[in-house]
Parts: sequence; C-alpha cells; structure tokens
Amino acid sequence: MGLKTPLGLEGMVNKSFPPPIVGQLFRLFSSLILTFIGLTAITFIIGRVMPADPVLAIVGDRASREVYDAMYLQMGLDKPLIQQYLIYISNVVQGDFGKSIMTARDVLDDLIRFFPATLELATIATLIGVFIGVPMGVGAAVYQGQWFDHLVRVIGLFGYSVPIFWLGMVALLIFYGWLDVLPGPGRIEVFYDGVVNPVTGIILIDSALQEEWEVFWNAVDHLILPSTILATFALAYIARMTRSFMLDQLNQEYVLTARVKGLKESSVIWGHAFRNVLVQLITIIGLTYASLLEGSVLTETIFSWPGIGQYITTSLFNADMNAVIGGTVVVGICFVGINILSDALYKLADPRARGD
Amino acid sequence: MKLIKRGVYSVLALVGLTFLCISSVAYAKTPSNTLVMAKSISDLITLDPAEVFELTGGEVICNIYDRVMMFEAEDLTKLVGGVAESYKISGNGKTVTFKIRSGQKFHSGNPVTASDVEFSLRRVVHLKKTPSFILTQFGWDKDNVDKLIKATGPMTVSVTNNSDFSAGLLLNALSAGVGSVVDKKVVMSHEKNGDMGYEWLKTNSAGSGPFSLKTWKANELVVLEANPEHRHGKPKMKRVILRHVAEPAAQRLLVEKGDVDMARNLTPDQIKGLKGKKGIVIDNNAKAGSVYMATNNTHPILGNADVRKAIRYVVDYEGMANSFLAGQYKVHQSFWPGGLWASLENNPFKQDLTKAKSLVSKAGHGKGFKIVIDTLTTAPFPEIAQSVQQSLSKIGVEAEIILSEGKTLWPKYRARKHELIIARWSPDYVDPHSNADAFAHNPDNRQEAKLTGKPAWRTSWDDKGITALTEAAARELDLVKREQMYLDLQRQFQQTAPFTFMFQSSEQLVRQDRVKGFVSGANFDLVFYRLVSK
Repeated sequence: MGLKTPLGLEGMVNKSFPPPIVGQLFRLFSSLILTFIGLTAITFIIGRVMPADPVLAIVGDRASREVYDAMYLQMGLDKPLIQQYLIYISNVVQGDFGKSIMTARDVLDDLIRFFPATLELATIATLIGVFIGVPMGVGAAVYQGQWFDHLVRVIGLFGYSVPIFWLGMVALLIFYGWLDVLPGPGRIEVFYDGVVNPVTGIILIDSALQEEWEVFWNAVDHLILPSTILATFALAYIARMTRSFMLDQLNQEYVLTARVKGLKESSVIWGHAFRNVLVQLITIIGLTYASLLEGSVLTETIFSWPGIGQYITTSLFNADMNAVIGGTVVVGICFVGINILSDALYKLADPRARGD
Repeated sequence: MKLIKRGVYSVLALVGLTFLCISSVAYAKTPSNTLVMAKSISDLITLDPAEVFELTGGEVICNIYDRVMMFEAEDLTKLVGGVAESYKISGNGKTVTFKIRSGQKFHSGNPVTASDVEFSLRRVVHLKKTPSFILTQFGWDKDNVDKLIKATGPMTVSVTNNSDFSAGLLLNALSAGVGSVVDKKVVMSHEKNGDMGYEWLKTNSAGSGPFSLKTWKANELVVLEANPEHRHGKPKMKRVILRHVAEPAAQRLLVEKGDVDMARNLTPDQIKGLKGKKGIVIDNNAKAGSVYMATNNTHPILGNADVRKAIRYVVDYEGMANSFLAGQYKVHQSFWPGGLWASLENNPFKQDLTKAKSLVSKAGHGKGFKIVIDTLTTAPFPEIAQSVQQSLSKIGVEAEIILSEGKTLWPKYRARKHELIIARWSPDYVDPHSNADAFAHNPDNRQEAKLTGKPAWRTSWDDKGITALTEAAARELDLVKREQMYLDLQRQFQQTAPFTFMFQSSEQLVRQDRVKGFVSGANFDLVFYRLVSK
C-alpha cells in the first residue's frame, strides 16, 4: 500500500512532486477503501455460508411455506451471491445499511445508538489502563526484582488470566449486592431514561452539555464498575509491556551516560528512557483501545450495557446479517482510525519518523 | 523508592476520587406507581400484532391491544367478548356477526368502530406474516377476505367462515394476537408503498388496550404507559418498564436489591437460592409449553413402529421431573397441555427398559444401533438429551448429541434431516386444534408439498386416519362431542405418533411481595399487567 519509491530516491521524491500530504491522503483513502471492501465481502460471504437461515430468523420456525418464500424473495436471496453483494454495497455507498431484523430499525440508527455506549466505556477503560498501567510498568522496571515489581507482575497475571465474566459478576455481587456503594447493571437508572436528549449518544457528554447533573452523576456511577472491570485487562497488558520496554531502555549505555553525568534519577527515567519507550507504547495503547472498541460481549452482557459487542453478537446468533456487516464496518473504521491516529502520535514522539 | 511512593499516592488519589463520585447518589427503589421487570427482551423483533409471534412481543401486545374475543385477566378459563360486546352465529354456523362494544377509545382518542375491526382482520390476511395462518385457515385469502369480513354497520362486523372449521374454533382464533384491533386512521396515516402501515406499526402502537407504548429501545428497554380511558378503568400502574437484563445472575441481584419488582428469567438454581428470602415471593404458573421428542419416519430404523414405541418406554419421565426439571416442568404425555379445555390428563408411559429392549428386538434391531439426537443449547434441553442418551445406552442404542441454536436447528428439522430431535412447542391460540393441526395433521406428505410449518410433515408421518380425525374434530359444532373427539385423538396419537410428549412447562416468577395482581396465563400471549398493584 502507499507510494513507496526505490531505496535511495525517497528523500528526493519527498522534497519534490507530489507533496507528501497527497501521498498520505492517498494512502489513507486506499487503506480505508480496501478495509471496507475486504470487511464487507468476507462478512457477507460468512453470513451466506453460515448454517443459520436468515429467513427463518424473521418469519420464525413455524412459518408456512408461502410466508417463507415471500420473505425469501423480498430479501433478494434468490439472486446470485455476487449480485446480492453489489446491491448491498451500492446501498451502503448511499448511506443505507439496510434494516436490522432484531431491532426492526435501520442498521445505521442502531449503530448510532449502540456505538457511543461502547465508545464511552472503552475510552474510560483505556484511560484507566494508561494512567495506572504506565506508571506501574515504569515503576516495576525501575525497581526490577523488588517487591513493587513482584506486585505489578502478580497484578498483570491476574488481569490477564482471570475471566472477565467472573470478575464482573463478583464485582457486582460485592459492590452492588453486599456493600451497596455502586449501582447495579445498566447504563443509567431506568427512570432517567429520556431525560437527556441524545446529541452525541455519550451520556456523560450529553448530560453535561444539557446541565442535567443528576443524570451525569448517575451515569458516572454506572460507569465505574464496568469500566474498571474492562480496564483490568488493558491495565495488565499495558503495565507488562511498559515494564519490558523500560527494562530494554534502562540497560542501554545512554542511560548509564546520563547517570554518570549526574542527572537527577527522575529525569533519567522520564526524560531519557521513557521518551524512547513512548513510540512503542503508543502502538500498544492504540491496539488495546481498538480492541476495546470492538465491544466486550461479556462485560456488556453482565452489565446490561447496550453496546456494539452485544449488538453484533446477538445479531450474529440470529443471522441478522445487515446488522453484523454494519457493526463490522464500524469496528473496521475504528481500527483504521486508531492506526492513523497512532501514526500521527508516533511522528510527534519520534523526530526520525517525521520525514522532514 | 520515592517514585513508588508517588505512584502509590496517585493511585490512592484516583481511588479516593472514585469513591467521592460514588457517595454522590443514593439509589432510589422502584416508585409505587411503576412496575419494573428484569427480562431478556432480545426476542422482541416486532410489535405489529399482524406479525408478533415471539414471547416478549406476545406479552407486550397483549397489554397494548384489546382483541375481538378475549380470555380476560379476571378469568382465564372463559372466552368472552373483548372489543366485541356480543356475537351471533348464523343458522348454518358459517357467519358470525359481532356487535362492537360502544364507548371504547383508541389511545389516539379515536372511537373504536366496526371499520377498525374489519380493517385489522383483513390486514392480517393481506400482510401474510407468520401468524396469519391462524386466520387464513378459515379459507380467507387476499382475494376473498374483503368480501368475507365486512362491517355491516357502524358497530357490527360480519365474519364468514370459508372453511369446514367450527364457529367455536373461529371464536377461539380471534382471541389470539392476530385478533388485536388496531386504530385504522392512525395506522393508515403512516402507510408507505401500500404496506398498510406495517413498517411503522413494527415499532409503534395504535391500540385500545390498557397500556400504550411509550418507548421501545431494542436490547435496552420497553416502557408502557397506562391508558386512563380503558374500558376496564385506569390501570393501577402508571407505567410498566421491561428492562433488558440478559444475564440471569444480574437479574437475581436486581430483584434481591429491590431495584426491579420482578425477575423473569431466573434459572432453577437461582430460584432455589431465593426461597425463603425476606420480601421475595416465588409464583408458579402452569404454562402451555410442551417438551417433546420427534423421530424421523424416513429413518430406516426409527421409522419402525415398534422402535417408536420402544422409545416411549425408554424415557425416564419421573426421574427427570423430580430432579433437574423440578419446579419447571411436570410430566405430561399428550399433545394438548393439561389444565385446559379438552386436556387428556393420563400419562400411560413409564420407563420400562425390559419392554423397550424386547420391542427393539422384535423390530430386528436387538444388536443395537446408532442415532443422532438434535436439541437446543439452552437449559434444560442438553440435560434432557443426556438423560435420554443414557437410557438409550441401556437398551444398546448409542446416541450422539448435537446441540445447536434454534436458528440452526429449525432449518434442519424443517428439511426433514433430523433423526431424533428434542424440541419444544406452545400453542398459537387456546384451542386444541392449534396443536392438533401441527402434530396430527399431514394432508400431503410429499417432499415437494413443503408443509414445513407442521411437525407432522417434518417427521414424515403419513397417517390418513389421524389426519381425518383432526379435520373432523375441527369441524364439529357440538362442544361436548368435539371435546370427546380430541380426547380420542390424543389417545390414539399417544400410541402411534412419531412424537413422544414428555413434559409441560410451568413458569416460576420471582417478585417483591408488595407486587400483586400479575396475571400470567397458560399461553405465551396471555400476560396481563392491568391488575398489578404495589
């Protein structure tokens, strides 16, 4: 992908025509389009070869033959696969993702409703993961082999290996069931439903914009448990990776040089070693964020969180292919988007990658 | 270690901040004018009464729409007029003339008239969605229905039966979801491309029932609002909320904490755990759902009458009912559920492995054989399959179990590709013909006939005598005679059919003790909220 020139000519080409921004844009669009075509085609084919019958999903298992056949024709399933796919793609290009069987609504409307819920949860979870995981990892590397390092490693192992559904249920039982300090499952108390007009779909932002502070705090309370649970995984991963990246750097000679020069320990760690870790870390964090944006089916199910993970999964079980493809495209766009974002951050963090 | 200290402090600060947020809100329990239920509502895919055929959908439209005829919450055993005040059956038994109750209003404020009833019933036939067969079995199709269902005055509708079926069956059928009366003016104002308002009514409501739909957010919640103008008076609950909680363990926590008034999908284990808890009551309601086993008649071994009979003696009915099914299912061996009109309450079969073995030997398969058991992934189906598998192994039959989601299992069953399947069934409306038509009626057994909606066809059971008996019973006008015919039919069926009916379901409802008056009838679409008080 992209405009690569034979080695040695890169510098020359970059400074002349076409300007680098054109190449970057071209790369961006081509990767977006390729991702889109690949995702829709594969999901489409999987949907059609699956043993589940999309017609039965709508008409039910007792439908008579006439009802079944009518729906079969209405869904265009009699046409060749490639034609079905082209019809689908041409509709999507016009902004029509089709209707979902499960919700009886346009898939696009569903995505607009379900995705912000996941975005909200994944963002908070990633933030928790970064702000706790990174310092933990750095600390563990600096004090390698000491009690803090062991503690971080145990936490890392825990977050990585404990099944999230178990953790979720136990956390609910303790903090909601026994201690009663946190609310139960749900994104917001049912009685607050409809109080805030959905603008962005992210309740925290919407309620803050409309100054519905009671709703805002209720939403915050509801976020604490699921986001913390989701964050344990992100945190464990980020802490572990930070630790190993930092260990690599701390054993380099330039660190020794810096120490010999008499620099303060904190500036050796954060100013020298950590700056070099940052580039790799951005990739890790980006990937973690993207995987959380796919939606976590288990967390969403346990906490009755109306997110995209649950949406895609229930749709898949019901052969609701329009919804599945729509959801998959959104997840794909997230991955591409985060890739672009981490590329940009990468350039900020590493002068060599700026290409000027 | 200075660094660590700093790290520890920042973590502590974060935790502190978190708890600051926590202390900001006290959790309100449910208000006294609102009923909140935790329920898995992912099966809700439409709210158009001409299309609804799912559990949650059936329950919701039961509370939004009044039907032409009804089993009312106060007495679920008696069929009475709903939107219709009374009816008259013509001398030849073919035409039923309904008189519409006066003074009824839709949620929109429009009066309920004969033209709405006419429109609602015709609409079901024209739209031809899955439950439409409940009406089209009376010989109505898109060409003749406009002549056969007619408003003959502002408040009278005449309905002419174009089949041999009895008027009694017709009246029962009009108490099903497809008998719901919709607001013609409102529905037609949302018509698009001649769809009779179908796209709109899927996610909206236009009825005259005790509640109207306020919100339906798929996979999130349904909110109903009381209709103060309802003919039975204003419901006590101002609002009813169905909260989608997919995880039963989360439902249990919610009901224990009092954050919901009822939990609808608890597992038997969880219900056991809640027994005796202060403030929690467990109700047991008999349901019309059956669990049965079907053998494929085209199978070289299972097609044998003696083998089929042997299978009836293999099943450990009591063993299952007293262990993992306790409280949720009881033994019931006929196709029409117990506790209803024309129910056959005898259970002639008990596990008898010696008898089963000798029957299999008699059929020439004494050395044993291999079969595949297909069933659903959800409890209690895998457990039942395992019990049957174990019992079969004792008579030398080696069974392999395949668990599938319904969406994969039903196509296999409909294509006659199963060997032995363990499945469930519940009637579409409260008349024995509903089940007889499915299990004991197969007028055309050819592959190309594709009567895929009927289990009798799916199992390739071509019994002309049984089919004729089912048709005759549906035609019979004399109620006493008709009941006797169904009892006979069920007795014969028990002995010869490729179906082994095993269990009838009951529903265990967990509620706060202050919630009273929740009525849950035998059929899936007879669940009433209007008598609920707190």
